[in-house]
Amino acid sequence: MPVKTYAGTEVTVNDEGFLADPQQWREDMAPQIAAEAGIPVLTEPHWRVIKFMRHEYAEKGTGPSVRALSKTSGVSIKELYELFPKGPAKLAAKIAGIPKPRGCI
Amino acid sequence: MVKRVVVLGGGTGGTLIANRLRRQLAADDVITVVDRDGQHLYQPGLLFVPFGKIRAESITRSRARQLHGGVGYHQSGADHVDIDASRVHLEDGTVLPYDALVIATGAALLPGETDGLAEATERGKAFTFYDMPGAMALRDALARFDGGRIAVNVVDMPIKCPVAPIEFSFLADWYFRSRGIRDRVELTFVTPLDGAFTKPVCNRELSGMLDDKGVHLVTEFNTGEVDADGGRLISFDGREVGFDLAVTVPVHGGQAYVGRSPGLGDALGFIAADERTLQAKASPNVFVIGDAADVRASKAGSVAHFEGEILARNIASFLRGEPLTASFDGHTNCFIESGFGKALLIDFNYDTEPVTGRFPGRVGLPLLRESHLNHLGKLAFQWFYWHMLLPGRDIPGIGADMPLAGKRLGAPAAGAGSPSDSLTGTRERP
Repeated sequence: MPVKTYAGTEVTVNDEGFLADPQQWREDMAPQIAAEAGIPVLTEPHWRVIKFMRHEYAEKGTGPSVRALSKTSGVSIKELYELFPKGPAKLAAKIAGIPKPRGCI
Repeated sequence: MVKRVVVLGGGTGGTLIANRLRRQLAADDVITVVDRDGQHLYQPGLLFVPFGKIRAESITRSRARQLHGGVGYHQSGADHVDIDASRVHLEDGTVLPYDALVIATGAALLPGETDGLAEATERGKAFTFYDMPGAMALRDALARFDGGRIAVNVVDMPIKCPVAPIEFSFLADWYFRSRGIRDRVELTFVTPLDGAFTKPVCNRELSGMLDDKGVHLVTEFNTGEVDADGGRLISFDGREVGFDLAVTVPVHGGQAYVGRSPGLGDALGFIAADERTLQAKASPNVFVIGDAADVRASKAGSVAHFEGEILARNIASFLRGEPLTASFDGHTNCFIESGFGKALLIDFNYDTEPVTGRFPGRVGLPLLRESHLNHLGKLAFQWFYWHMLLPGRDIPGIGADMPLAGKRLGAPAAGAGSPSDSLTGTRERP
């Protein structure tokens, strides 16, 4: 698996760029991961979502879907797409250093 | 001590678990099934209603009559569950105390979660085949349809029977071919997933089949709005798919009473549970079966059937004060109707994705390959449903644990999980 350097620390990521070990993640890595994903600046609402993703992952072992994320965080789906264009659940998970939310089958 | 088991919901999961428990528990233990209406619908039949292949009357039966003697039936909606007091409060005012509660209330369709969908449905521009009124309205609309764009749209996951919208697309191709107007109909399958199906090997096969049948595939499309006037599906990130007729699978959620029951459900109203024991995280004396559960398994009747065998044993253990030793492996088994009298079969679990081979062993139905035999299997399944599944009988040779014999594991799964791989055969319209 590829190795990346975020905030001066080497971390292993999978083919899609998600951290292999969520324990390796630190807050100061987030801006760099975000920049690579096309989000130049992390604002306060971004951080609220990122912290929420970490919390959900710690509690449930998986990141939430967009709809669940919206329902629990109180941020509307439209707003989530403005913050994390293309795919909020996937992108916010990547920046928060947690695995890609498991696909529902 | 007499034990009281309340089963909320008398659909596939509720009926079969009540019948299994009746055989497993002591004769004086009380089992009560609660449902808000008296009609049991064979849901797999809904797929065929829009194409005029099945009549509504032939797939509904009395709910109470599917229950064994000795199982009580109470008709009322649920108002809420008080998990601290172990009591269910019903809409008709009845209060049912329980030693064990089984949540079997399935998933609800929530068209109101998508802007414009209710209006588009009212105006005859959007239809769903996920309930009987919708399936019948769609049948009439398809019969009138003589050309144009049809978009088959999964709004969000999770949904019941994730292969059903793909089957619908296959059958629509067949339907319009047999009417001789296929060249005038543009079919597009619009999904929030990054492929037709989530599992790589199966996705490759189904994406290829959509392509062969001339069905366009639009992926990673999260529908935010249905515009009836403009005939457009609009995604949250601003993409559009035009349609003259939309076949939508609305957002699914748990039933409304779950939201009125503090601590019972998750944000979407589904019940978080241990995926092996099926014990709810909310409380040790609450269990869940079928579509109502928030576990990794598909929302499908076969899952409820396989869960039933495990759950009946665990509830019996729980009521005796013993540890829960039965473990569900995520076993799922689905026929995928592909039109022209053919079908595919897939069989998988939490750890093994659908692959090729044969089921249930080296001699058996072909897996992940079109065959007439599988189509006959799908048709025969309705008989099994009423006479084996609902009574809670084991089907000989087909147990709760997924069989490995007959499966071709390894080889085709190379590259599994890579996104570019899972997009093989997909094609997006500009």
